[in-house]
Amino acid sequence: MTKLLQTLVDSIAVGSLYGLIALGYTMVYGILQFINFAHSDVFMVGAWLSFLVAVRIGGQTATVEPSVAKALLVLLTAMVCCGALGFTIERLAYRPLRQAPRLNVLITAIGVSLFIENLGQLKWLFGAMPQPMPRLLPDRPLFALAGVNVNLLDVIVVGTAAVLMLLLNWIVFGTKLGRGMRAVSYSPPTAALMGVPVSRIISFTFVIGSCAAAAAGFLYATKYITLQQPAHETWIRLGLKAFVAAVVGGIGNIRGAMLGGLLIGLIEFFGAAYLSPNLRDVYVFAVLILVLLFRPAGILGRATVEKV
Amino acid sequence: MTSANARWVAPRPAAAGTTWLYSLLPLLAAIALAAALHFGLQPAIGPFRTNVLMNIGINVILAVSLNIVNGFTGQFSIGHAGFMAVGGYTAAAITYYTSFRVWGDALMHGGVLSGVPANGWLTAGDALFVGSCLAGGLLAAVAGYLVGLPSLRLRGDYLAIVTLGFGEIVRVLLQQSDSDIPYLAADVQRMSVWQMARHLGGALGFSGVPFYTTPFWVWLFAAVTLLVAFRVKRSSYGRAFLSIREDETAAEAMGVALTRFKVRAFVLAAFFAGIAGGLFAHEIGTALNPRELGFMKSFDIVIMVVLGGMGSISGAALAAAILTILPEVLRSPPHVWPLGLVAIVFVLMVRRKAGRRAALTLAAVTVALEAVRAAALWQGVNLADYRMVLYALSLVVMMIVRPKGLFGVREIWDYRPLGRRRAATVAVG
Amino acid sequence: MALLEIRDLHVHYGAIHALQGIDLIIEAGQIVTLIGANGAGKSTTLRTISGLLRPSAGTLAYDGQSLIGQPPHEIVRRGVAHAPEGRGIFANFTVAENLAIGAYARRDKGGIARDLEWALTLFPRLRERLTQSAATLSGGEQQMLAIGRALLARPRLLLLDEPSLGLAPQVVQTIFQIIRAINAAGTTILLVEQNAHMALQTAHYGYVLEVGRIALHATAAELAASDRVRRAYLGVA
Repeated sequence: MTKLLQTLVDSIAVGSLYGLIALGYTMVYGILQFINFAHSDVFMVGAWLSFLVAVRIGGQTATVEPSVAKALLVLLTAMVCCGALGFTIERLAYRPLRQAPRLNVLITAIGVSLFIENLGQLKWLFGAMPQPMPRLLPDRPLFALAGVNVNLLDVIVVGTAAVLMLLLNWIVFGTKLGRGMRAVSYSPPTAALMGVPVSRIISFTFVIGSCAAAAAGFLYATKYITLQQPAHETWIRLGLKAFVAAVVGGIGNIRGAMLGGLLIGLIEFFGAAYLSPNLRDVYVFAVLILVLLFRPAGILGRATVEKV
Repeated sequence: MTSANARWVAPRPAAAGTTWLYSLLPLLAAIALAAALHFGLQPAIGPFRTNVLMNIGINVILAVSLNIVNGFTGQFSIGHAGFMAVGGYTAAAITYYTSFRVWGDALMHGGVLSGVPANGWLTAGDALFVGSCLAGGLLAAVAGYLVGLPSLRLRGDYLAIVTLGFGEIVRVLLQQSDSDIPYLAADVQRMSVWQMARHLGGALGFSGVPFYTTPFWVWLFAAVTLLVAFRVKRSSYGRAFLSIREDETAAEAMGVALTRFKVRAFVLAAFFAGIAGGLFAHEIGTALNPRELGFMKSFDIVIMVVLGGMGSISGAALAAAILTILPEVLRSPPHVWPLGLVAIVFVLMVRRKAGRRAALTLAAVTVALEAVRAAALWQGVNLADYRMVLYALSLVVMMIVRPKGLFGVREIWDYRPLGRRRAATVAVG
Repeated sequence: MALLEIRDLHVHYGAIHALQGIDLIIEAGQIVTLIGANGAGKSTTLRTISGLLRPSAGTLAYDGQSLIGQPPHEIVRRGVAHAPEGRGIFANFTVAENLAIGAYARRDKGGIARDLEWALTLFPRLRERLTQSAATLSGGEQQMLAIGRALLARPRLLLLDEPSLGLAPQVVQTIFQIIRAINAAGTTILLVEQNAHMALQTAHYGYVLEVGRIALHATAAELAASDRVRRAYLGVA
């Protein structure tokens, strides 16, 4: 029972982060129909920027006093910078290929991903060594439930992720901008005829997706305290699992991404706890392949016919 | 190369008596090429460059085979290293454990072609090595069939994700294998085949595999890969695919036969990737471990195919060669202007009128590269650290500036100096 | 000054020369129709005016200012609304959301509310179905939605692409009545139609487009009387 609850708490915490990253994948796919491989790298940059800013304003790891104000500052800086990064990526790499075959865009996305990842590993940027994240957020056991400690940090992580998801949900379904996004994802030329500025909407989509990924990066670094390198062993792999979450939930579907994130978190952690802890990546990718084979539109996605 | 090329284009004689000769000739040429590199070039270049020579060959196999999927069919696989891993581990395990069973040790038992002239020409060891590479290729092909099946239903980019997932699954499973590799004959004798299959070295990698791989074997398989790739490209399916691959709807309209061909392309590509894995596993100076064969390796191969030109066999092979040598070159970059000058003259010869703009571009590139070199030397920066950054950047720039890659679907000899550009070997609409 | 003045407009789709130098003038307050066979370039003309296609040569002046190179949303903001071929309804939206997106380029809330009211008065069927998913509408209702949505941009020039396509004769009558009403309220209309009969009954002036060129132009009455039009487009021997 204790193990079950503990696994549940962990999987919800990480699953909500997957969901947060998956939002960026799913929104871009919904509008441009390609897998933005570089999204994982934005997530990585978000985590590392959080680290750099945290060290700058909070001092070194051991001595730092938890401070919500500082944590918020770090979070916002990471989000703003990553938003700018997402904007730049779209502008420089993807926009010139708006009319190109989808495969070329996919290759470009892989190129951008490799570029950011390897640039980050250079010693004048993030470096190739793991670093400890300063503890900016307070952590203590909050309450015990059937022998399971629910930590304050977990609550903060899940809470922040939930707030951001609700915010995004509201932007997409409750604002004029969101209506524009949904119109563009349905049909860019028709949206343009309605007076929707398509390019600006696409830029905006990249910006908010990247902001969400940056927030996930901050939360992940805060929860797990260490920042790992090289990126492709950790960050990119996490990002890929988030992409799986987006596919499982139904790509292009905002609520599907959130649901998929939680689901992938559950599958990964319950598999690790009850089957074999070393095969967690296998469970996730096996689920991906099964979903693609038997329900390619995902759980919440509706089957769409390719336009001819 | 041009004359051989012309022969394949010409309709083959129908007379039954001579047909076998035509299928045998290319194979003989392959053996000749491998022998020339092995006996002619190898002694002249020393052990380090021999390794580079072998790495080029292995990467040529990988790039050219991936091109069968990514270049011809419009599918996109980014899990090629997964097939390489399947083949590599299979071949390594077969060679290693069979050696113990047969000879009581895992030492070299090869002949001249495997680099041990004292043992004679062809030995049982050579047969074991080639057999285990082929077995690795076959198992990889089976995996390729399973992974290729979804291509009957899935669109290109979804399939890309499936291949990526496959590669990751292979990697994790290999990491979970038992890391204790027995090194005593008595221990191996006691093991069942099933146990052997589980003792693959885990995260530490499979060590102790004898070094059978030589330039001869690498280039023999590389030449065969090239031959098969050309055959596929020239087949009626290959031509049909090249002309429609950018339009999936049109491809689907062409029916089931083409979808089956997609799966077959997957199987074929996986087979050769498996063989490349086998060669890699038996090569001196390489580490057969799961980390080496993750999706970064797959991306390396994708870069070669994309830069060389999706659909261009010679382009992919050339890109594989250049990208294999480049890290060594970047460590102490030489002057590039002599090469630039040659390239400019060449371009002006190939295309007299349009050549002027290309020559200007080349001149600008040459100047830029010289500037980078000077800056790196001045600042003491090791350009090899920037290798992946540069590759990635060139990938993005290539997609924007020249989305079909260096050679598109053409082959290198479709550009003839001193004459008008010949029609592409494969007519493309 | 004409509201829209097109001079020697050329448009290419890759190697296809779709418009080969057309001249077209639309006076303010009129209904102008553009008739022609399939593939003559009618929709291409509209898409070029709306900025979805970029002409390779020629001028395109709206209200004295060139539209060439302007993004589509800017052209909408200047008062050119386009109800596209196939209606372009957002099936993932409700009827109300579809109408609302028509006013995307506008900020005047009061004006938008008035125009919404007007559109719903013109198309009372839509009022009954405001909260319904647009995918559940019939073909005629979808066409009404497409026109109503375009009205929410408060256009001075309304481009209608085949509003009668696939609709029952009675519905077509209704739609054309409303088109006249919209025009009577002051909106200039460029009407692309294959149903030349209805189009020439409704329009003031007409152009006949044949394989990328303007073959004829005259008042609608003159066109309807001309032998060439009667034979080719009105099905009269």
